[in-house]
Amino acid sequence: MLRYATPLLITSSLVLAGCAKKAPEELPPAPTGTSQPTAPPPSGPGYAPGSQGDFLANTMSDRILFDTDRYNVDAQDQVVLQSQAQWMAQHPNSRVTIEGHADERGTRDYNLALGERRANAAKNYLASLGVSPTRMTTVSYGKERPDALGSNESAWAQNRRAVSVVVQ
Amino acid sequence: MAILGLKHMKSWFVAITLSVGLALPAQAQLTVDVENTAADELTIAVPGLTTPQSNETPAGTTAELGNKISDVIVSNLRSSGLFKPLGRNQVRGISFSEVTAPQFPYWNGTSASALIQGFVRSNGDGKLTVGCYLYDVALETELTRTGFVVDPGDWRRAAHKCADSIYSRLTGESPFFDSRIAYIAETGPKGNRRKRLAIMDSDGANHRFITNGQATALTPRFSPDYKQIVYLSFLDGNPRIYVYEIGTGRQRLITQSTNPTFAPRWSPDGKTILYSMAIAGNTDIYKVSAQGGQPTRLTSSPGIDIGGSFSPDGSRIVFESDRSGSQQLYVMSANGGGERRISFGGGRFATPEWSPRGDLIAFTKMAGNFRVGVMTPSGGGQRLLTNSWQDEAPTWAPNGRIIQFFRTTRGSGKTGIWQVDLTGRNERQLPTPVNGSDPAWGPLLP
Repeated sequence: MLRYATPLLITSSLVLAGCAKKAPEELPPAPTGTSQPTAPPPSGPGYAPGSQGDFLANTMSDRILFDTDRYNVDAQDQVVLQSQAQWMAQHPNSRVTIEGHADERGTRDYNLALGERRANAAKNYLASLGVSPTRMTTVSYGKERPDALGSNESAWAQNRRAVSVVVQ
Repeated sequence: MAILGLKHMKSWFVAITLSVGLALPAQAQLTVDVENTAADELTIAVPGLTTPQSNETPAGTTAELGNKISDVIVSNLRSSGLFKPLGRNQVRGISFSEVTAPQFPYWNGTSASALIQGFVRSNGDGKLTVGCYLYDVALETELTRTGFVVDPGDWRRAAHKCADSIYSRLTGESPFFDSRIAYIAETGPKGNRRKRLAIMDSDGANHRFITNGQATALTPRFSPDYKQIVYLSFLDGNPRIYVYEIGTGRQRLITQSTNPTFAPRWSPDGKTILYSMAIAGNTDIYKVSAQGGQPTRLTSSPGIDIGGSFSPDGSRIVFESDRSGSQQLYVMSANGGGERRISFGGGRFATPEWSPRGDLIAFTKMAGNFRVGVMTPSGGGQRLLTNSWQDEAPTWAPNGRIIQFFRTTRGSGKTGIWQVDLTGRNERQLPTPVNGSDPAWGPLLP
């Protein structure tokens, strides 16, 4: 439980300055039990409820992919983001940072702007599903942090992404 | 008008030379046309600079410095692609008395058309005087002479200034060797690359890392007085623009906004910083006083407006925007407004940089490969200068005659800094201690 409560405390005090007074009420009454409004989905061994591991296990994916130079959220992306919004509803204290990325086949400055646009597209869609914008931040890494390391269409397709990362 | 003046001056010099030595065909070679792609390199003999008396200095003896300065002059001239220098290993040394009285019969027996001689003298006050003379070998005449007083530790600058005076005299172009470059030094694998801000002389010497690489650093630009560098860092986890003071090592954010900021550029007078900022995903271009204060928003399209570069007179800005559906180049007033697209003809265009001469805009063109090219400020005369898998981010030499950019290798993603002249013929990689990207060439040193 300590492993669970500590990250929440840090999150509340450091990031959610405006919610600092509320946060303690939502913390589990140590040392047992939780005050989650809905039962958290079953979590497997190796990760704590509300963690990125939990998020990965109980959403369709942590990321959506984009076409070259595009930033629209298509039908497939919507299903992924819906599963993320559902998980966030089940973990009302959770917060995410949405990382926007571009492939290497673009110029540096433009790719930073494009990554920002992609991260915001994901954020806006999650907000339209009821996730409070105050629980989401965005950051663009442009082409600086490729996930797939090849220089081919398949690698570039994997790198044009917006990834939701649970803030611990 | 300045360009016209220079050209006239050049032909005037040529005319003088011709009138003195009509019978000698060799003298006609003694001007170098930077725009003639078919021209042969001009052969120049560069014996080691001599010294009236070899004295110890903190940077070595004056005799040693004479040799080192001569080596830098050789390296500078060779790198321009216009000259074939014969260094001190290929020609004989000279005595101090020869500096102003060249042994022309000897030099006429070599393949050299021109001859650079000089000396290094230790002054009583601890400084050095470096003298630099250029001769026409066939005509047996002096073409130019220059002298510099420098601290011994600045001997390289004397060498660059000597090379600059010779380059200018022979080409009619403005000098550029005595300048510096800021860039991003890259190490580590593609998936976890460490990117550090670094600076060096125009020939790669005096290299120095500025940041330690814990935060990714990108897109630096020297202030016109070389006292500050504006660049992007992920220092607080987000992309933000900082101004770094070289003297103190202090740095500050250019704006207190929590929005991400990128693509910083100085105005030619160093009083204004141009930058781009994303608000709720939409990026527009702003400018702010280099001292801080209230920013001015310059663009407001729903597309990505980013980058930008001032015309040398500071009146206009060229920038890139995808408002038409793909990245293209636009010119607007330096106060915003009057936006007009200048790039056409297929492909995407990015990273525009206005030449310090004002006559051209360099860019990255993306149509299959990424290539560096130039066009006029009205969009005419588009020419591509490089052809590789990924060349991007051009930056101009102070004289507007050479463009530096970085080249990425497909697969490994390894980067290197390259330069090319406006003919597209003289392309070479700049030596850097580690891989390099995002070069930014500063103006001639003050």
